[in-house]
Amino acid sequence: MQKIPLAARPKLVEGLFFGFRILIMNAAPASPVYRIPQPLPLDSGQMLEAAEIAYCIYGTLAPDKGNAVLVCHALTGDQYLASAHPITGKPGWWERMVGPGKPIDTNRFFVVCANVIGSCMGSSGPASLASDGAPYAMRFPVITIRDMVRGLVALLDGLGIEKLHAVVGGSMGGMQALSLAANWPERAARVLVIASTARHSAQNIAFHEVGRQAIMADPAWAEGDYYTREAKPDNGLAVARMAAHITYLSEAGLTEKFGRRLQDREAKSFGFDADFQVESYLRYQGSGFTRRFDANSYLYITRAMDYFDIAEEHGGKLADAFAGTQARFCIVSFDTDWLYPTAESRHVVHALNAAGAKVSFVELSAPNGHDSFLLEHDQLDRVVEGFLA
Amino acid sequence: MTLRPDLAAIAANIAPGSRVLDIGCGDGALMAELESASGCDARGMELDAALVERCVARGLSVVQGDANSDLADYPDKAFDYAILSQTLQTATRPDLMLDELLRVGRRAFVSFPNFAHWRTRGALMFGGRMPVTRALPVSWYETQNIHHVTVEDFRDLARSKGARIERAWFFSNEKQIGAPAANWRAEFAVFELSR
Repeated sequence: MQKIPLAARPKLVEGLFFGFRILIMNAAPASPVYRIPQPLPLDSGQMLEAAEIAYCIYGTLAPDKGNAVLVCHALTGDQYLASAHPITGKPGWWERMVGPGKPIDTNRFFVVCANVIGSCMGSSGPASLASDGAPYAMRFPVITIRDMVRGLVALLDGLGIEKLHAVVGGSMGGMQALSLAANWPERAARVLVIASTARHSAQNIAFHEVGRQAIMADPAWAEGDYYTREAKPDNGLAVARMAAHITYLSEAGLTEKFGRRLQDREAKSFGFDADFQVESYLRYQGSGFTRRFDANSYLYITRAMDYFDIAEEHGGKLADAFAGTQARFCIVSFDTDWLYPTAESRHVVHALNAAGAKVSFVELSAPNGHDSFLLEHDQLDRVVEGFLA
Repeated sequence: MTLRPDLAAIAANIAPGSRVLDIGCGDGALMAELESASGCDARGMELDAALVERCVARGLSVVQGDANSDLADYPDKAFDYAILSQTLQTATRPDLMLDELLRVGRRAFVSFPNFAHWRTRGALMFGGRMPVTRALPVSWYETQNIHHVTVEDFRDLARSKGARIERAWFFSNEKQIGAPAANWRAEFAVFELSR
């Protein structure tokens, strides 16, 4: 099989498939965009017209198209899985896992990662223009995880991929992987779900509501109609990110990283500046986030996650969602993840067992809470590599 | 790869194409043998995450779990065979684990070290101390074997549970031996049960 240089691939794809075009974003490396040829039906009953899916591909699709791996991204992730982010310039969000010779080996697999609908990195979302030429803003329909997967399945159709070698995802990406397995069981031979859940708990919803309220309480949010204004609801979005970021870490991890250490000072200021390192860190995380993410997308995607309950979609019984599945499943949790704790993964494993599915499950030990799936972890690498083999 | 003798006996007596649950599957040696040689649909349960990882890496379906509590995850008669090898004597409640085994499997294989082997008896009788033998190499204070059991104890337990002993195999020095005086002569025993 002829190797094609990475940079040349989007153009090649554009040439190969009708309906693809290149998105130029901030003069950054181009990410191709697929326009779904038919209206996308949504769980709300609405239709999304002319929906677009921005995606990145890595590796080469085999002639039989049997080596495709779909990687689904998390809440604030995007399609820049293993290539530099066009806005931040940082490496791809899972570059340690995906690439030549890596556990998801692009010498072997054709890896696809697409921006979910509702997001803001090139796929249709609240910042996209509606048919009247103005941004949708809050006119964008409320979407669900299953709607995101509908978009991904449409992209697979566009790429001519009937059956994935595997669908892989961590956190919200794992929800998409489970949703694909439950609703399009013939589309993936392997389903790898890391640090995820089959439903959002009251605590999960509660944290998201804090974030949404922070955004909507920012006067600059302006009922979502801020796209043409000077001021964006950056303060609200930063607070939302700060609150969420705490849930991605563990108490022990925070203590080890920051403790009660002070930031660039010898003594407390007896004021409300960021005295503590942990405060400074959170502020930095919050403000950095506003440069790359749209506040309305944050509202829409957190809503989709809160609505997520696969059992509810299938008559109330999770096992029924996976009845008759032929796919192999691998579920991975982390012992310090209190956002989607091991018990949630076990709940999925229980249902898969009841459905007679081939399932593996392992709880890995890691100090860094929910974020562990994105960090260095040799055992995770071996599980991923072994499961995809 | 050569299987441990008790596992080899189990592998040789499982009908091809069966659905099998191997509880305490370790590195998956028995599961791999059952899948490749007998076309079985094998699933495993293992407590040790590092061993689960090795199983997943070889393409086996293994769930990290504690047999004391997590067998409850499986529906009734989900498997043709449920296998419990060298694990019964480590259970918190071996009697309840046997119930679970016979609930999830139509048949069950159970293997365990026989505490009434003559070496063990001799060590206890003449040494006056908890035996450390070839079959039970770990001192009493660090062994995982918290419920030592003999061949006759196991027969009694099976009877009290209304389980039928279909077949039994006995081993000494890694070789199969005959059934006569097995409670003296066997270092390890394998029982096939049904209910």
